[in-house]
Amino acid sequence: MSDATAAPPPARGEALLATVTPRQLAWRRFKRHRLALVSAVVLGVLYLLALFCELVAPYSPQTRNVAAINAPPMGIRFFHTDGFHLRPFVYGYDMRVNPDTWMREYTPNVGKRYPLRFFASGDEHTLWNLLPSTRHLFVAEGGYIHLFGTDQLGRDVFSRILYGARVSLSIGVAGVVLTFVLGILFGGVAGYLGGITDRAVQWFIAVLLALPTLPLWMALSAALPVSWSPLAVYFGVTVILSLLGWPYLARQVRGRFLALRQEDFVIAGRLLGAGRMRVILRHMLPNFMSHTITAATLAVPFMILGETALSFLGIGLRPPVVSWGVLMQQAQNWQVIVMTPWLLLPGLFVIIAVTAFNLLGDGLRDAADPYNTGGLE
Amino acid sequence: MLRASAPGLERKVPDMDKPTDRGGPPADDADGLSAGPVENAEPRRGIARLLRATLARGRLLCAAIARIRLPYAVRRMLGMIPTLAFISIIIFVVIQLPPGDIVTSTLDRLQASGVEVSEEQVQNLRAQYNLDKHPALQYLHWIGGFVVGDMGYSYMFARPVNELIWERLGYTLLITISAMLFTWAVAVPLGIYSAVRQYSITDYTLTAIALVGLATPPFLLALVFLYVGFEVFGIPIGGLFSPEYREAPWSMERLGDLLTHLWIPMVVVGLGSTAVTMRILRANLLDELKKPYVVTARAKGVRPARLVLKYPFRIAINPFISTLGLQLPALVSGEAIVSIVLNLPTTGKMLLDALLAQDMYLAGSVVMLLAILILLGLLLSDLMLAWIDPRIRYE
Amino acid sequence: MTAPVLAIRDLAVEFKTDTGVTPALSGVSFDVPRGQVTAIVGESGSGKSVTANCVMRLVQPPGRITGGSIRFAPDAGDAFDVVKLADRDPRLYDLRGGHISMVFQEPMTALSPVHDIGGQVAEAILCHRDIGKEAARAEAAQMLERVGLDDMERRMGMYPFEFSGGMRQRVVIAMALVCHPEVLICDEPTTALDVTIQAEILTLIRSLQHELGNSVIFITHDLGVVAQIADHVVVMYQGRVLEIGTVRQVLKQPLHPYTRGLLQAIPGVVPPGERLATIASVVGDADIETPHPLVALADGRQVSLPPAQLRRVARS
Repeated sequence: MSDATAAPPPARGEALLATVTPRQLAWRRFKRHRLALVSAVVLGVLYLLALFCELVAPYSPQTRNVAAINAPPMGIRFFHTDGFHLRPFVYGYDMRVNPDTWMREYTPNVGKRYPLRFFASGDEHTLWNLLPSTRHLFVAEGGYIHLFGTDQLGRDVFSRILYGARVSLSIGVAGVVLTFVLGILFGGVAGYLGGITDRAVQWFIAVLLALPTLPLWMALSAALPVSWSPLAVYFGVTVILSLLGWPYLARQVRGRFLALRQEDFVIAGRLLGAGRMRVILRHMLPNFMSHTITAATLAVPFMILGETALSFLGIGLRPPVVSWGVLMQQAQNWQVIVMTPWLLLPGLFVIIAVTAFNLLGDGLRDAADPYNTGGLE
Repeated sequence: MLRASAPGLERKVPDMDKPTDRGGPPADDADGLSAGPVENAEPRRGIARLLRATLARGRLLCAAIARIRLPYAVRRMLGMIPTLAFISIIIFVVIQLPPGDIVTSTLDRLQASGVEVSEEQVQNLRAQYNLDKHPALQYLHWIGGFVVGDMGYSYMFARPVNELIWERLGYTLLITISAMLFTWAVAVPLGIYSAVRQYSITDYTLTAIALVGLATPPFLLALVFLYVGFEVFGIPIGGLFSPEYREAPWSMERLGDLLTHLWIPMVVVGLGSTAVTMRILRANLLDELKKPYVVTARAKGVRPARLVLKYPFRIAINPFISTLGLQLPALVSGEAIVSIVLNLPTTGKMLLDALLAQDMYLAGSVVMLLAILILLGLLLSDLMLAWIDPRIRYE
Repeated sequence: MTAPVLAIRDLAVEFKTDTGVTPALSGVSFDVPRGQVTAIVGESGSGKSVTANCVMRLVQPPGRITGGSIRFAPDAGDAFDVVKLADRDPRLYDLRGGHISMVFQEPMTALSPVHDIGGQVAEAILCHRDIGKEAARAEAAQMLERVGLDDMERRMGMYPFEFSGGMRQRVVIAMALVCHPEVLICDEPTTALDVTIQAEILTLIRSLQHELGNSVIFITHDLGVVAQIADHVVVMYQGRVLEIGTVRQVLKQPLHPYTRGLLQAIPGVVPPGERLATIASVVGDADIETPHPLVALADGRQVSLPPAQLRRVARS
């Protein structure tokens, strides 16, 4: 038949077909996802900021500026009354108490010009609890700078968001790592052993998936003793988030495992005499990891949103620990929000981080699928 | 309601062969295999039929003994019983986890305010709340009461849980269901439109909105609504009733007032799942639109609008319905936290307070009822799937 | 001889991909004679199916018809160019399933899994004729019986997954023929079936064609099937037509080296134990990649060859 004796492909395509490895193909597919690429960059920046938050933040999270309580965000400026300045600066605030509402009102004062100094000294901090220093990426010379305003204690929201990023973003990853372990353990065991074990695990997974997540999280968090140290609470919350998060991953792992076991190339490998470990490591694992990593990426938002919700309710992380959820706890009623809407800014960061993880996950999923030619552009 | 399928037909009998009658029981794979040789005994058809009927009756009996054949719906409902039992154990354990109990937390309060409590009083209190018994007995006491409709006693409110819970649960149900209807009403048309007009500006816009909707925690959205409500409309948003109707008896006006307040929690709770649903529906529909049977239908001369609605939509709706079942936990969770922010008279706030006060019967019963709510939703979505997709009925 | 039911001229189709625009068809021209079976032969990717899809206007983005004409002359009424029809032209919907219909390669996936058989066949009638649902179902049942299914009152309510591959293909054929189309396009209708079922389906298509007198375009890569069923043969390669003739002419005296290659690559042509010829070995250094215009020869055949070879062929 003609199919068996297909003529050589046209010369044009030949070079293209000959030299591309699966990894390169996956990278190519991923690169086509421009949004995923952008998301990867955004996440990279966010994690770098979180990693070096002591350096980047102009203040420590607990530093109070009594001259600016509930102050609105400041804009960075280049134009003063006398024209353009290369060195950016901010204007300090004049505060007066509105006699009708008894609320503080701030107006920028052109007279109080605070130029920015880069890598200058400010609050003391200890980078990673190792390197004591007073250097900051930027400080306002002779005054103060609150890019995102301050809260009701006069603490800098921008600095607190950066410190919060460290906790919120790391708890997402830590939770996913734990979820991953549980998911692969249960999913793999179910998929590998099959039979009654498989059915039991599957049933267990179905039950856990049907539970009202947040109420149970609430119940579990309420069980965390008040006397625990911040670190213990951090790990406690991580464990709680993973406890209800692993079924999603386990179900996917199991499904992949079962599907792969039936795949012709795995059976072929076995028939050719490959040992069990070789089949698992050489044939199954590469097919398996890409999907699992994708699933894990898509699970990070679940963790971040969970932490935020619990801390917001006051039963997750607790002050003095700073996380995005803890920060938003300050904005629980409408009076506060109307007066100081910038206290909702941590929420914007939650949205950005979660969206970036979702998009990155989408891109990875498409890249991991070898059958996705993505030709329809 | 179950029609007999004969898998044996598919594998054993050549097409031209006369098909077997419907005498057999709803056949399993094993049935089909064992029936095969008999079906092929072409020349002695009468005897074969008699033989097969006898065999079938025997098999039917075996099947009946091994597993009572019941309609799908009944089987699904029976399957819920062990699930519920298991969930109740999980919930009981979780609720019991915090060190101490309602008596210790009450004692702490009393002692803080300077009231002396004797050891004997403490013992009495414990005995009164069954706290001196083994946890297993406590569990049996709780779940035994729960099954007959007595959810125990709330220490915090000093009232039976039954009295506290029903109205709040009703509002929870109202908000969850209306959020679900909102999800359907918005996600289905937008999902279809997005898929049919793939890569159009509308598609991109909707996708962008869905992405943000997906990433926004419901409580943040509630906060934004509070802010906008005050800044734009100058009214404090929140609650399910205006103050004058809060304690009023039911009337048409109160109902109207409820409806004017309901849409905010409905949108806030439903937005996340609307985004998810829209994206799932769009993806499924895009997959289906590429399938050969759609080309067949096009080749038949079916017009575009009918083509999308009758064919791919029917199939794309399946995973959609099953994910809708899975989204119920998310909706219930969302409702719990939104009700705290928006100050709604539902179960969320009460649950939080009960948990913090270690009011075990109240907290446990609330979580249990929410779990039952979700399971019923899953059951409904499964039944709906079975109704819409013939392949599931036959399994 | 009457005018051909379909006259395809200079048909060109392009597919847009990441790497640029790939031509799928270029300069495809042939006629489909009325009341006869025309086979289109070629290897995978030669453009057979794309040609068929063009006739039904089923080419979807990223593919696009970029030129040429397909002139359809119905039994009654005026001839028109299918390529020029607007997307919403009612004639297009009359054409699909009414005048021209199609049988697909994969009976497993060509039927909707969630609608019953009767409904799917009846829908083809309801799309084209103004009759009631019950009447349509009755006609559908008749057609299904005609393609060899029985026990209709039960079968009509069954779903595709309850049918075997051969039975499903019968359903697809019934669905295609239920409106008595003038042209039936069969796109490799037997490729996905067992060999025994293949023969049954081929016989069915041939006998129904005799009964109903419609024209058939039969797409296949199997020259054995061509010999059984076709009156005329169109050989395609890389989106071009290489050779056109009656089945006798093409199979007995192939003019194009590629056609010869196809014929020698059939198992059974060479003695057992010997290797099958590959196209490359038969074609040798003959250039089949460069396009040449189709040239009509004296005996009604057409072939696309370089001028030198063309002269040699014309002389013999």
